[in-house]
Amino acid sequence: MKRLIIALAGLTLSAAALANEGEALPFSFKPDTGNLASVQRGARDFMAYCSGCHSMKHLRYSRIAQDLQIPEDLVKANLMFTTEKIGDHIQTSMPADQSKQWFGQTPPDLTVETRIRGADWVYSYLNSFYVDDSRPLGVNNLVLPGASMPHVLWELQGWQVKPAAKAEGAAAEGEHGGSGLELAQPGKLSPDEYQKFTADLTNFMVYAAEPGRAGRISLGGKVILYLLVLTALFYALKKEYWKDIH
Amino acid sequence: MAIVPNPHKTTGLLGWIDDRFPLTKLWKDHLTEYYAPKNFNFWYYFGSLALLVLVNQLLTGIFLTMHYKPDAAQAWDSVEYIMRDVPWGNIIRYLHSTGASAFFIVVYLHMYRGLMYGSYRKPRELIWLFGMLIFFVLMAEAFCGYVLPWGQMSYWGAQVIISLFGAIPKVGPDLVVWIQGDYIPSDATLNRLFSFHVIMLPFVLVGLVVAHLIALHEVGSNNPDGVEIKKHKDPVTHIPLDGIGFHPYYTVKDLVGVGVFLIIFLGIVFFAPDGGGYFLEKPNFQPANPLVTPPHITPAWYFGTFYAILRAIPNKLLGVIAMFSSVIVLFLVPWLDRSKVRSIRYKGPISKIALALFTVAFAMLCYLGMQPPSPLYTLLSRIGTFIYFAFFLLMPFYSAIDKTKPEPERVTG
Repeated sequence: MKRLIIALAGLTLSAAALANEGEALPFSFKPDTGNLASVQRGARDFMAYCSGCHSMKHLRYSRIAQDLQIPEDLVKANLMFTTEKIGDHIQTSMPADQSKQWFGQTPPDLTVETRIRGADWVYSYLNSFYVDDSRPLGVNNLVLPGASMPHVLWELQGWQVKPAAKAEGAAAEGEHGGSGLELAQPGKLSPDEYQKFTADLTNFMVYAAEPGRAGRISLGGKVILYLLVLTALFYALKKEYWKDIH
Repeated sequence: MAIVPNPHKTTGLLGWIDDRFPLTKLWKDHLTEYYAPKNFNFWYYFGSLALLVLVNQLLTGIFLTMHYKPDAAQAWDSVEYIMRDVPWGNIIRYLHSTGASAFFIVVYLHMYRGLMYGSYRKPRELIWLFGMLIFFVLMAEAFCGYVLPWGQMSYWGAQVIISLFGAIPKVGPDLVVWIQGDYIPSDATLNRLFSFHVIMLPFVLVGLVVAHLIALHEVGSNNPDGVEIKKHKDPVTHIPLDGIGFHPYYTVKDLVGVGVFLIIFLGIVFFAPDGGGYFLEKPNFQPANPLVTPPHITPAWYFGTFYAILRAIPNKLLGVIAMFSSVIVLFLVPWLDRSKVRSIRYKGPISKIALALFTVAFAMLCYLGMQPPSPLYTLLSRIGTFIYFAFFLLMPFYSAIDKTKPEPERVTG
């Protein structure tokens, strides 16, 4: 019976492993929200480049100040463009009905974007814009074909193109998990610097999706430690009570 | 027989209470002098753990209800508000969301224990029936709770499940509108599911748990050997020779189970509350949008098996009937099992293979229920569904003809 149970458990686990197949993305990205400097830079860059169109309507400026250890006056001076109140949420000043006319859809709120799509996806998306004349704004994206968002970061990254020699499928594969896109016109940042820039942004977005994450993980360590001791005591108690039961 | 107040003749303050309320009697009848077989194994932790998870759900639920808004326009935002602005809100929410999955894991293992050791056999049929009612209400409770965050999967899950009632001939479509309170899942639907989730179903659930325990304590616990410990009692004390007082022996033993369970459970709560996308599904981080259908509408993992059975049948009405039958057939197990022995330990090879096949089929269906349909998966779902029903419906035959080993007189190790 025992052997049977083990065999069954193995079967179930292998089924679960099979379930983990995901869609292939050009880049994988391991977010590090513990890297405070990176998350701070990401916050600055998000406010500068993204918040014009995208809100983070569940995140308060005061929470950013507190969690990212930025003095409130610095937050007010450098990150807050639409409000004076530090307790406010990050709202965009773009009118939703008009932006829908301009882009075909209202730019989505990004508070929990990384929890919907994952950090890999966001990072890949930011690195996978390419010139495509068939699109209204002249730009398309490998991981979200037909994206209605313009390449806001073109000044930094420059313009990427799909290599002409390679076919659609080959371009998506790339080497070493890269996008396979080629830089046709360089931007202000080198490709390396641009990848770091997008890493900062993604780190900030992962933080924003769950500001309580760091707190719960640190609390969790203490809780588990406590439980290990408690369970050991329970076990000793059980042994003591049960020693005359045979 | 008249009720005699204070049968244990206590004095003092306790005596004053016992003259008016059976405090000592309840304590002794259900804890210190409730004699349980001494050979409980690993599988016997899950009853007390189910109670623990129930209490966790009730307590965390109280605090969530203080901050949650059962309003289609505000529900999703209020959950994020709990996650960010309510002190300890994220922990309380994760305790509740992980608790839902933990409840099913624990209850499935508890039911599996019953299947293995024949805990449903005479005279324990009512314990099993109350338990099955608990399972049924728990599924309704989980479904209602799943809808409350009003994310994409909440919304479309509700739409799929409620639309199942539409398969009923004649009254179906009207029934769906009546249940939803609207033509599509909407604010009215959310509000009534909230009412079910926080009032009606927990109330029924707790009542059934009490009935489950009263029935258990009336006839006594079964054990891995499936033999009756009451057959051999001490001639003087009339205490079963193989019985030990639930308190302190099983209370301290269950505490060890509680400790191990909490390490795993809180490990998930604190370090992986998404449960790899199975405990909190990614699409549910998007607010409900009646205009955009998610690419794959999947049920929560704990409904996977039953959802796979639904999809295995090509006809919608028959699928719905099959799905409900797959739950109802579990109620009948006490009368389907005709074996001479209770426990799998002494049953013959046919019963063992049948149980093993059922286990594989159940796990496989659970997985398939969460996958997008494909021809291979549909075929596997049909095979799994066939095995699922064959396990129960053929049980009267194979359990009767299967060769059994002799049961021991007393419990073993």
